[in-house]
Amino acid sequence: MNNKKITPSSIGINVFFIIVCLLIALPFVLVISISLSSEDALSQFGYHFIPKEWSFEAYRIVFEKPATLLRGYGVTILITVIGTILSLLLTAMMAYPLSRRDFRYNRQLTFFVFFTMLFNGGLIPFYILMTQYLHLKNTLAALIIPALLSPFNIMIMKGFLDKISKEIIESAKVDGAREFRIFFRIILPLSTPALATLGLLISFSYWNEWFNALLFIDNDKFIPLQLLLVRILSQADFLANSPMAEVSDKLKYASFPTLSVRMAMAIVASGPMLLIFPFFQKYFVKGITVGSLKE
Amino acid sequence: MGKPEPTKLSAMQKNTGFRRQPAVLRWITSEFRHLRKNRELLLLALPGILFKLVIAYFPMVGLILAFKYFRYDQGIFGSKWVGLQNFEFLFKAQDAFRIIRNTLLYNFSYIILGTVAALLMALLLGELSGRLIKVYQTSMFLPFFISMVIVGYVGNAFLDFQNGYLNTFLTYLGLDPHNWYLETTPWIFILPLVSLWKGIGFSTLIYYAGITGINTDYYEAATLDGATRVQMMRRITLPLLKPLIIILFILGLGNIIRGDFGLHYFLPNNVGPNFPTTDIIDTYVYRALTKLGDINSAAAVGFLQSVVGLVTVVTANYVVRRIDNDNALF
Repeated sequence: MNNKKITPSSIGINVFFIIVCLLIALPFVLVISISLSSEDALSQFGYHFIPKEWSFEAYRIVFEKPATLLRGYGVTILITVIGTILSLLLTAMMAYPLSRRDFRYNRQLTFFVFFTMLFNGGLIPFYILMTQYLHLKNTLAALIIPALLSPFNIMIMKGFLDKISKEIIESAKVDGAREFRIFFRIILPLSTPALATLGLLISFSYWNEWFNALLFIDNDKFIPLQLLLVRILSQADFLANSPMAEVSDKLKYASFPTLSVRMAMAIVASGPMLLIFPFFQKYFVKGITVGSLKE
Repeated sequence: MGKPEPTKLSAMQKNTGFRRQPAVLRWITSEFRHLRKNRELLLLALPGILFKLVIAYFPMVGLILAFKYFRYDQGIFGSKWVGLQNFEFLFKAQDAFRIIRNTLLYNFSYIILGTVAALLMALLLGELSGRLIKVYQTSMFLPFFISMVIVGYVGNAFLDFQNGYLNTFLTYLGLDPHNWYLETTPWIFILPLVSLWKGIGFSTLIYYAGITGINTDYYEAATLDGATRVQMMRRITLPLLKPLIIILFILGLGNIIRGDFGLHYFLPNNVGPNFPTTDIIDTYVYRALTKLGDINSAAAVGFLQSVVGLVTVVTANYVVRRIDNDNALF
């Protein structure tokens, strides 16, 4: 649909999208605004989209004692980098044979992979496997391993590889290249858009990882950012819901991060990834094809 | 998914020609030959196969835990069999009906709402051209890239009793503030809304990528025939997107009894009073596990979730295949 003319309907659609996007972005504005408000104004007037009194106090507090935060960053960055690289490699290595129509075990392997999407052992056996058999409690591996190979990512990768013309592979074979060489020298470089897209999706899921952390991490050394946020949130709730809270406001403010600081933490924890994302955007439409469109 | 490879009849017949071997032996030699021929591709997939075997298939053995009384010191295989005892709580407890109903209804509303909204957005995006598309996509994508933990924070910014923006806004209008976390009814709307907010960017992108993949010849031909935009949407775009819609729908159905734990745990803040409308199987099990250490009931629920999920998908797929064979998932 390449109609470049400006028509009333295209104006209408644009207006519609602008409204939708504003609505979607609104909550972010609110959170940023809270983090930039002074604590007094917040407790007096409540949250507003435009701070009543501007203040960078919250960020100063967040960065004042950076030890815990920096540890969290360190853990998160480490699992994100290692996890993304391993996961991309594993996903591509699995998806490539599946995309080859002449691969004998195509159907069996496809079923082998996608069956895990429909049926699994559930939380308890998984937990027991991770802790009793693999002994991964309180290790970084517990945060990296579970998410390494997702069937949905394989589906996206396979969808992309299906579009690469088979003549390239054939001619490489004629030239005497073997499968590994074809995969690493030809297929992977051709897959940049898919790898970029998937890499971003995977890195985000590692950056935002909290579930396995909740399950497997209770050693302070290995707490990723998101688990840190969970703890702050539950700590705050605990204090806010306890009968003590109203009596001793001072104690409350002294012992857990204030409202603006909590929001500042949230921004500091998710900010870097949100800044990276737009740079990968150009690959997105090209990179995502869930293998289902029939010509 | 993959098309079956046509069996190379001629090659097989040739093999049998020079000496008559027993059928089993013949099968083994031909299989072995295939294995040799495909060994490099198999080797490429091997790490993934082993990984899935350990992380996904091995825990399936643990499903027998649902019928056992698990003790750490006795392990999965050593623990005592107890029959269906672990499932009893689910049907006796008064919460059972509630959590199952919540899980099904919420998931169903997420699937329907998400699919319809994403399709609409993708179709409209397809009508546009130029740079603005990227801007729209980026802003719609923002929520997708924050964790559920942060969604909980954002929710807090809106719903907090004292400072929350909703209450500030309500008082501004002269209305009474609400204690959102202690109420039940609002959550029926809040949860689907937030789920939509978070997921819309990604599902729109998948459909939009599908639309851009459609051969432009179709549209050119339709334009020559004098078709309108709406007609093209209905007669070309939607039918061609149908396989994609069906795949995502069936996969969604497979998870209908598996809830969005993060959404239902962090957004309602895990506060008792709103459980009637926020509690789903997953949050219930998590609480049973962490607060009561009730491994046995949790295992039973996990078993049920897997079985129901599988049955739903197979049934949905069967129905789709009966209607239209080409669009079935398998």
